[in-house]
Amino acid sequence: MIRLERRLEQPWWLSVAVPVGSLAVAFAIMAIVLAATGHAPGHTYRQMLEAGFTGNGAFSATLISATPLLFTGLAAAVAFRMQLFNIGAEGQLYLGAVGASWIALQLGDRDAGSTPLYVLAMCVAAGILGALWALIPGVLRAFAHTNEIITSLMLNYVAGFLITYLIFDSASYWRDVSTLQALSFPQGKPMPTAAEWPVFGSSLVVPLGFLIGLAVAAALWLLYSRTRFGFEVSVIGDSPRAARFAGMRTRRKILAVMALSGGVAGLGGASQIGDFTYTLDPTGLQGAAFGYTGIVVAALARYNPFAVCVVAVLLGGLQNAGFTLQGADFPSGLVGVLQGIILFCALGGELLIRYRMRIGRRARTRTESGPTVEPAL
Amino acid sequence: MSINDSLLVIVLAQAVLYGTPILFAALGELLAERSGVLNLGVEGMMLFGAAVGYWATQRVHGPSATVLLLAVLVAAFSGAAMAAIHAFLTITLRASQIVSGLALTIFAGGLGLSAYFGSELHLADLPAAHQLGSLDVLGLADFPVVGPILFDQSALVYGSWALTALVALYLSRTRWGLNVRAVGEAPASADAMGINVTLYRYTHVLAGGALAGVGGACYSLSITPSWVSGDTLVNGAGWIAIALVIFAFWRPELCLLGAYLFGALSALPFALQARDVTIAPELLYSLPYVMTIVVLVVVSTGFAKRRLGAPAALGIPYVREER
Repeated sequence: MIRLERRLEQPWWLSVAVPVGSLAVAFAIMAIVLAATGHAPGHTYRQMLEAGFTGNGAFSATLISATPLLFTGLAAAVAFRMQLFNIGAEGQLYLGAVGASWIALQLGDRDAGSTPLYVLAMCVAAGILGALWALIPGVLRAFAHTNEIITSLMLNYVAGFLITYLIFDSASYWRDVSTLQALSFPQGKPMPTAAEWPVFGSSLVVPLGFLIGLAVAAALWLLYSRTRFGFEVSVIGDSPRAARFAGMRTRRKILAVMALSGGVAGLGGASQIGDFTYTLDPTGLQGAAFGYTGIVVAALARYNPFAVCVVAVLLGGLQNAGFTLQGADFPSGLVGVLQGIILFCALGGELLIRYRMRIGRRARTRTESGPTVEPAL
Repeated sequence: MSINDSLLVIVLAQAVLYGTPILFAALGELLAERSGVLNLGVEGMMLFGAAVGYWATQRVHGPSATVLLLAVLVAAFSGAAMAAIHAFLTITLRASQIVSGLALTIFAGGLGLSAYFGSELHLADLPAAHQLGSLDVLGLADFPVVGPILFDQSALVYGSWALTALVALYLSRTRWGLNVRAVGEAPASADAMGINVTLYRYTHVLAGGALAGVGGACYSLSITPSWVSGDTLVNGAGWIAIALVIFAFWRPELCLLGAYLFGALSALPFALQARDVTIAPELLYSLPYVMTIVVLVVVSTGFAKRRLGAPAALGIPYVREER
């Protein structure tokens, strides 16, 4: 008979060992799924490793896939840390892309030296629009007690329809209507050349967006571990009642955290425009499910900003491998299935972090095992 | 032009058609939530049910009615199989119900298992072999106004009415139904009464998954008989179903009304387009999603203090040792 006892102290190594172990178990389960559907797991995994990490130029491509996941992962981590389930990073990223492309077009053509101006303006515009979009569920949650999970998710669909409308069904500011071809095959206006974000490195190409993401992660880590704000957020996340009795302003925190989360997701949209697409591309944005994968990233990283960076690269590699290998040999949903299994395993593994397994019937006495109830529930 | 061709009657008849998958999924989610388990994986379970149901119509040969019945059963089974993962993680392993449900949607959804299943079996290339057409059971299909709305629908629609009544009776009039409510409201007391909390939660999460699977099958067998890779087939209906449970105050009969409200909003764009109304289609398409938010806000401001109808133990894992 297996009994579970709540751990009073969680050894630090468990929070590394359990995710790594979960990952290993997930790959083992996926191997069974692959074998059962007539694929050779070893071969598929080798292909994925090469296409995602070790192959020629593969890691540069992985960083491209990892960049949006870094932002959406951080966005989810920031909010989930406070038990505020913003699953609207998807839509907030779209809005960020809308804002970034708007400001870049507004600034018009300038000389190559003004790229930093573009980067700054695009980030600010994207951050503001993403934050505002996230504040809709935030305000509703803070003032009307409306479930933010559903409202933020519904807004993803609305944001998707919005960007489709801007490019496909209207003569909006973003749409290219200069040529006959652009009129029959709707597309966004191209950004000015100087608005294209720089890349770094030669053999390993690092997009600027990825570096910005790393900086944001560091800033968030500081905010969450070294400031009063971060402390209050964790208290509210662990025990809203305790936070209320301690006089913390829950409502303000909800608004601030939602805006922060949406702003970070919006930066992801700016990076999509500035780093990769150089135009507002509704089809590309909506096909990638950056926001939803961000939830996987955040959960696997246990909402730790630095771990998010590592996991984003890992899952970015998976996605990149998925794009590269897509074909008869490599069915389209495989990456999503693998992500789901990884997340399930991580959730199951969470049990091992919080509880200690005891095998055998003999129950220890109460005084020995200490209080089994969480101090503040 | 008869009254049955008027825009209102057409939209209302379509509302019933489009509302039915939401109704099935919402009733399923209601059962799970009444036992105290929130399952946010509805969207994923619906998509997987849609894919597997469609596959079944391709593989099974025989008279149309048998094939379709079997397809619906297979869809229900596959939905339940997906729900079993959530049940194991949240009930046995005490994982966060919210994160586990999101994981289920990612795992089973349009970029996950459903797409894997669909592309492995090339479902997207196959034309529909069977389709659930409308059944004019009482011969009243041409009756003014109510004919097309109530009597010219598919078997799934009639089934959903029976199911709504069954769920309502089950929860209010049977011993098991009362036990479920006890488990959802006060699991510790239920446990003390000798009710097996774990068993009740498992069975109701599985039943919820089965109904979500049937809801998905409504799309691939009846509304748009086909399989489309990605999440376009269900397109958020699972999430609307979760919201619907909240603003039906966890009551089955109100789910019926709410489902048809959203059905009408989903049907409106197509009906208007057929009449050459020139409103941006995206504006119309976003109506159900915006409306979900609006209704949810109205409900939550009005009833936040009383938490009308919400099971008290919803979302909280039950651990006997930690009472």
